Amino acid sequence: MTLPTDPEIDPWNRLRRFTPARIGLARAGAAVTTAELLAFQLAHAQARDAVHAPFDAAKVTADLAARRYGVVSLASAASDRDAYLMSPHLGRKLEDASRWRLAELACDFACDLVLVVADGLSAVAVQRHAVPLIDALAARLGKEIKIGTVAVVERGRVAIGDEIGAALNARLALVLIGERPGLSSPDSLGAYLTWAPKTGRTDAERNCISNIRPQGLGYEDAAAKLAYLIAEALRRELTGVMLKDETGPAVLAP
Amino acid sequence: MIAATIAGQRYGFDDLRVVMAKATPLRSGDILAGVAAASAVERVAAQMALADLPLKHFLSETVIPYERDDVTRLIIDRHDAAAFAPVSHLTVGGLRDWLLSDASGPDQLKAVGPGLTPEMAAAVAKICRVQDLVAIAAKISVVSRFRNTLGLPGRLSARLQPNHPTDDPKGILASILDGLLLGSGDAVIGINPAGDSPDRCRDLLVLLDDLRLRLDIPTQSCVLTHVTTALGLMNAGAPVDLVFQSIAGTEDANAAFGVTIAMLAEAQDAAAGLKRGTLGTNAMYFETGQGSALSSDAHHGCDQQTLEARAYGVARLFAPLLVNSVVGFIGPEYLFDGKQIIRAGLEDHFCGKLLGLPMGCDICYTNHAEADQDDMDTLLVLLGTAGVNFIMGVPGADDVMLNYQSTSFHDLLAARELLGRRPAPEFEAWLAGMGLLARPRALPAPIAKMMESLR
Repeated sequence: MTLPTDPEIDPWNRLRRFTPARIGLARAGAAVTTAELLAFQLAHAQARDAVHAPFDAAKVTADLAARRYGVVSLASAASDRDAYLMSPHLGRKLEDASRWRLAELACDFACDLVLVVADGLSAVAVQRHAVPLIDALAARLGKEIKIGTVAVVERGRVAIGDEIGAALNARLALVLIGERPGLSSPDSLGAYLTWAPKTGRTDAERNCISNIRPQGLGYEDAAAKLAYLIAEALRRELTGVMLKDETGPAVLAP
Repeated sequence: MIAATIAGQRYGFDDLRVVMAKATPLRSGDILAGVAAASAVERVAAQMALADLPLKHFLSETVIPYERDDVTRLIIDRHDAAAFAPVSHLTVGGLRDWLLSDASGPDQLKAVGPGLTPEMAAAVAKICRVQDLVAIAAKISVVSRFRNTLGLPGRLSARLQPNHPTDDPKGILASILDGLLLGSGDAVIGINPAGDSPDRCRDLLVLLDDLRLRLDIPTQSCVLTHVTTALGLMNAGAPVDLVFQSIAGTEDANAAFGVTIAMLAEAQDAAAGLKRGTLGTNAMYFETGQGSALSSDAHHGCDQQTLEARAYGVARLFAPLLVNSVVGFIGPEYLFDGKQIIRAGLEDHFCGKLLGLPMGCDICYTNHAEADQDDMDTLLVLLGTAGVNFIMGVPGADDVMLNYQSTSFHDLLAARELLGRRPAPEFEAWLAGMGLLARPRALPAPIAKMMESLR
């Protein structure tokens, strides 16, 4: 988009490979050039559309069932996308029918880990990355750690994992959820791990890994971090600000 | 009971908390909390009732009980009665008139700050128009110092925000160099790490410190990680300039951030003990934003603007270098659109300055809000006119790690040109020495060399 002959910009063309950030944007006065301005407007339009894209929960459910996970399809109390966006508390709790469905699955014996896959603010992210991440994670978890039920939730927020985890008597809940779409990343997946999930847990009681996608934190790196956090959370019986990710720097993207 | 009568009809409000909430200009977060006025007329009735309320009332009635909340306790226990004396006879409406009048110059406004409670500042903001929020704030300068001088009249600074999705050092460095060439970075060079492992944070701190020393930049750095992580890093000898923490206006909301007032005091002491500031000892960097208490269900039936002002009551205990309202980050359920974000940004800046804080603003929005870059331009010009201490400088206004839009290096340049504002003086001298003040993106040899070394 930029003119290769712009002497201000030439040195930057080589550096763009180190970051997806919009570095070295050509100027018109203090402002950016027309080409850069319109590239930004297009990216914003794409992100806006991604926020409102529908979630194909049936596809994700089928993919997980094919891997022999016990899958349950749930929905939050937010009845549609607008209610979901404007009333976060509805996205944090289950609708009644889902609650009943979950009660039927409840077991008396605690399981180690319940997975919750929710669309959040980017259904695109969940559809692309949730299943590959679960594959990578399953390969890294020790044999002694058992993944229990996987819940696929429409219009869910992070805290809905608390109610689901409590209902299934899980020691840990791992919520995989679509993050708010960015201009350069409409498909970032977030992962939130909560020890002893129950309604009312705060964000300080969770560990979060964000920006999971091939151009960000790749599946293998994310799975390695999660496997570490899961093992440590089970060993120390806690998550949150007291549990630091000590795995060191991830393998950095090229 | 607090009340107002309009055309023979009496509007009663149960208590201070209720009248404050109902007097707040419309925003989605207060509707979500169920505390907003039920009609446009009830809102104005609440504003009228609030305007007639004596400021002294705020010292006898709290919005959250004293016994229940440590933020309330610090507000009441640390109130400066002597500073309050010159305005103690006024109502909220009378305070607005006084703030706008020629009787309140910069010296009077600076002196009265410690005498105002956050709730008083919030109340007067509710009955101010945008014009008032700008005009009053423009009379107040709050100066803070670490390695340079921020907040002087006629200056506009920026946090250089070089975030990267995987914290790649080369990517971060490329963004920093781009920002420096365009004049950003005098407030702080501050990274939000994608992963907040202590090792990762230490590596980033070392990267920032090496860069600062190699280029001899009169500024400070920060890796925005939890205060407990920063404490551990300081104890381990990492080069921590500023200690960052998100804070809110209730004890429960701070607990949701995993932070207590005692923890902040410990971090402030630890940072001061490192003696890394050359010009001053302001070493704390706080971020806030309307709606944070509600999002952790810790709002106690209060409106979000009042609670935001109470977060400033927490901040002013710790003599911060930077206080940043990340106004539009939280999303449309709290601030629905550009109009609500713009007003909230101006309210936050106004309340913070009135309470004596070095206020900056992350002029920003998310992709699920009804806002765009036009709204950011509007708020940038308004806040620049109001004398905001600092804004964000993000490459192309697109934060590729946090996934939201802010202001760009180019926006900072444009605002400085348009409004006649200059960088912090020490940083300005450094830019001049590098040839960057006369010509942004001139390639001074040390920076050209660093760019060349990125392979």
